[in-house]
Amino acid sequence: MAAKNNKISLIVIFAVLLVTPYVVSHYDTIKKVWSSENSGHQDALNRYGFYLKDVTSDWGVNFTHHAPKLDSKLDHIMPEVASVGASVSVSDFNNDGWQDFYLTNSEHGKPNALYENLGNGHFKNVASQMGVADVNTKATGVSMSSVWGDYDNDGYEDLFIAKWGKPMLFHNDKGKGFTKVDLGSEFPDWVNSNTAVWFDYDNDGLLDLFMGGYFDENIDLWHLKSTLMMPESFEYAKNGGRTYLFHNLGNGKFKEVSKKMGVVSNRWTYAATAADVDHSGYPDLILANDYGVDQLFLNQKGKEFYNAAQKVGIGFVPKSGMNASLGDVMNRGRLAIYITNISEPGVLIQGNSLWVPTVPSEKLQYKNLAENLGIELGGWSYGAQFGDLNLDGNQDLYVANGFYSGKKGTDYWYDFSKVAGGNKKIIADAKNWPAMKGRSLSGYQQNKIWINDGAGKFQEVADAVGGKLKLDSRAVALADLNNDGTLEILVASQGAPFKIYKNTVAASHNWIGFKLKGTKSNSSAIGAEVEIYWNSNRQVQVVNSASGFSAENQRPLYFGLGETGSVQKAIIHWPSGHTQTIKNPDINTLHTITESVPS
Amino acid sequence: MSENGSLVSKIKNLKYSHKYTPPLLITGIVLAAHLSFGILTGYRKLLLAIVASIITEAALHRWILGKWRSISSAYISGVSVGILIRSPMFWPYALCSMISIASKYVLRYKGRHLWNPSNFGVVAMLLLAPGSVAVLSIQWGNNMWAMLVIWIIGSISIYRLKRFHICATYVLSFLFFGLIRAYITGDPYLAEISPITGPMYQLFTFFMITDPKTTVKSKWGRCLVVFVVAFVEMILRLHEAVYAPFYALFIVGPIAMAIEIWWQDRHDKNEISTTSKSSAVNLST
Repeated sequence: MAAKNNKISLIVIFAVLLVTPYVVSHYDTIKKVWSSENSGHQDALNRYGFYLKDVTSDWGVNFTHHAPKLDSKLDHIMPEVASVGASVSVSDFNNDGWQDFYLTNSEHGKPNALYENLGNGHFKNVASQMGVADVNTKATGVSMSSVWGDYDNDGYEDLFIAKWGKPMLFHNDKGKGFTKVDLGSEFPDWVNSNTAVWFDYDNDGLLDLFMGGYFDENIDLWHLKSTLMMPESFEYAKNGGRTYLFHNLGNGKFKEVSKKMGVVSNRWTYAATAADVDHSGYPDLILANDYGVDQLFLNQKGKEFYNAAQKVGIGFVPKSGMNASLGDVMNRGRLAIYITNISEPGVLIQGNSLWVPTVPSEKLQYKNLAENLGIELGGWSYGAQFGDLNLDGNQDLYVANGFYSGKKGTDYWYDFSKVAGGNKKIIADAKNWPAMKGRSLSGYQQNKIWINDGAGKFQEVADAVGGKLKLDSRAVALADLNNDGTLEILVASQGAPFKIYKNTVAASHNWIGFKLKGTKSNSSAIGAEVEIYWNSNRQVQVVNSASGFSAENQRPLYFGLGETGSVQKAIIHWPSGHTQTIKNPDINTLHTITESVPS
Repeated sequence: MSENGSLVSKIKNLKYSHKYTPPLLITGIVLAAHLSFGILTGYRKLLLAIVASIITEAALHRWILGKWRSISSAYISGVSVGILIRSPMFWPYALCSMISIASKYVLRYKGRHLWNPSNFGVVAMLLLAPGSVAVLSIQWGNNMWAMLVIWIIGSISIYRLKRFHICATYVLSFLFFGLIRAYITGDPYLAEISPITGPMYQLFTFFMITDPKTTVKSKWGRCLVVFVVAFVEMILRLHEAVYAPFYALFIVGPIAMAIEIWWQDRHDKNEISTTSKSSAVNLST
């Protein structure tokens, strides 16, 4: 009898063990089914404090990205190789107080677009008349991303285009047009770059430029000499393009100093961003690398960099880094780093990483808290941005997802995983990769909108707030396009239409914004940090150039305040080392602050 | 002095037993791979899988059979789970280990368990929690030598355990069926055999299909079983199952075991019956 009871108990325990992973894994789905969610605007406002509306065509924007068409030797896996190039970068290029944006195309002969914000709810593509449209040619390659920065401190943001081809820099002629800059011999004739970052690494007041490499720069993807051009490993590849660091000499010339400064890597860099993460007073470089570990180059007082990623806890587990963005997700005055990776149910679960600095911070150390906060599983994730979408005082997160949406009901993952797990002799040669034949690879994945509850959890609300999008998105940028204090969401997708989501936030939520202009520091104020204190809260944001994947947010920094009616103080840390404090600044106002350096 | 002498003599009397080879081999492979290439996502998850495995084994064995048992088998299951399961979360490691070990005590036929524990656990997790779990699918770094060293050390160790024929048959069958798959799919042969160059297959080949408790007894029987495993794997691969080897072993392994147990049981009964009859005849004569 006792033996029989034991047997029954054992079977029950076993059944519970089997049911548990199913329940835990499907918890979110089960919760959604049980919760009666209304997707109306008012309901979204009541529940989440904001809702979104696709206003792309209403606002006069009509742009579809075209993917590159590379050497025919890659035809069988073309969507896999030509998988990037859709990008968006925001800038008020004509200083009229309205945020404009630049979009890239990636096929020969297809123009890029510069959408000027007319300030009346309409945009106009002025790329051709401004001279920045026809940059995708057989001779110079195609665009992958762009980044704005005032490299000559004339008060107007200049435009750098990272390419699979010849990189290009356009000088902004006072918002009236752009002139192509002769980059000289210090710049390579050909690279396969997806990311570039303007930052002043030596704090001399002049913006320097970092450029990452993806495919090896010796490869012309339209004229392959060999099919040995794929990564030599899915997680340990070092046969990617090299890194470049250009020191701004101040006379419109640059000097390549990557070797001298110790910024050397061939790790298939997809995204990069810069900020002073160790509070040394000098900006550091964060690289998200595909097919390997990520890198954190700490700046040694502008004299050299060293890769501290492994030492600080970031760079040991190899994943597929696609994105690098920064956000003070816990309102502690410390920036966390969000790196996106690949997660495909039942096949590959890398999980996105949220590297949160440990506090107190005697020694820089990071811990991955993405799982704890619920922002780990996106999909095949690309660009991500932090921003307070509902202005409740907490940084929310938008994540772009989806690799290639081919024929519905098909899947290339099996063939992909077959080769990706193999030895380098096999994986590195494109001819060994089975043909895709139009099959999807992590396609039709929805982008995520995670709102931060301020208590250590994020909740996914894309459906509920009207932000559902499944277009193989790549780049996302946040900007206040209608100057109402809320952040619109701009999404560039691969081979798909560009989208703008207008944001409407609950009227009771307040905000404050800061538009910075450097004097001793670089004019763009890139690298400046603003820290605000309100109602026992504290949050820091940094002025970036590149952020996310192939994207750049608006230059002004916006802080949500919830229902709080005042801000105690705002402290601005300029790259020059100067600090400015503003006591009791007005709320619901964009403050324009010029760096005041004591004489 | 006498105590020291006794200790020294105990140490001198210690003999290496071949039963330590699998746990030592798997530990060596894991440590080498992690220290060289960071193959694990961290030690904590591996430790969690091992601890969960050992505790479950100890508790269930004590509860069901009323005694303690060696932790060697549970250790190997824990390490296998710790390496094979890939998840950014912690719970899958603990649950997979617990399910693996519990399966040994629940899914039994005529007193023997049918599934290789970690094979059962891994397949259960893939089927029940695909959104949270995947299986190791990357290679040991990007160096051919690392792969060759592991194949050579693994083969020598398994040879000493007299189970090399299982691994060899499986690998040759895989390579052969790869040819057929390449012919059918039109994909390059190198793409078809590419997975076997990765660590997932090394663990599968050295530790899962050779498990003494869940393989049939005769040498040719074992070869036949792994040949069938490779065949079923080919069928599953043609249907694009990413983790085909695990599913194939999950299907073929217990069927082979059940047939052997049934056959053995029938044979034993016949023998008893024959013996009884002959005894009866003897008695009558």
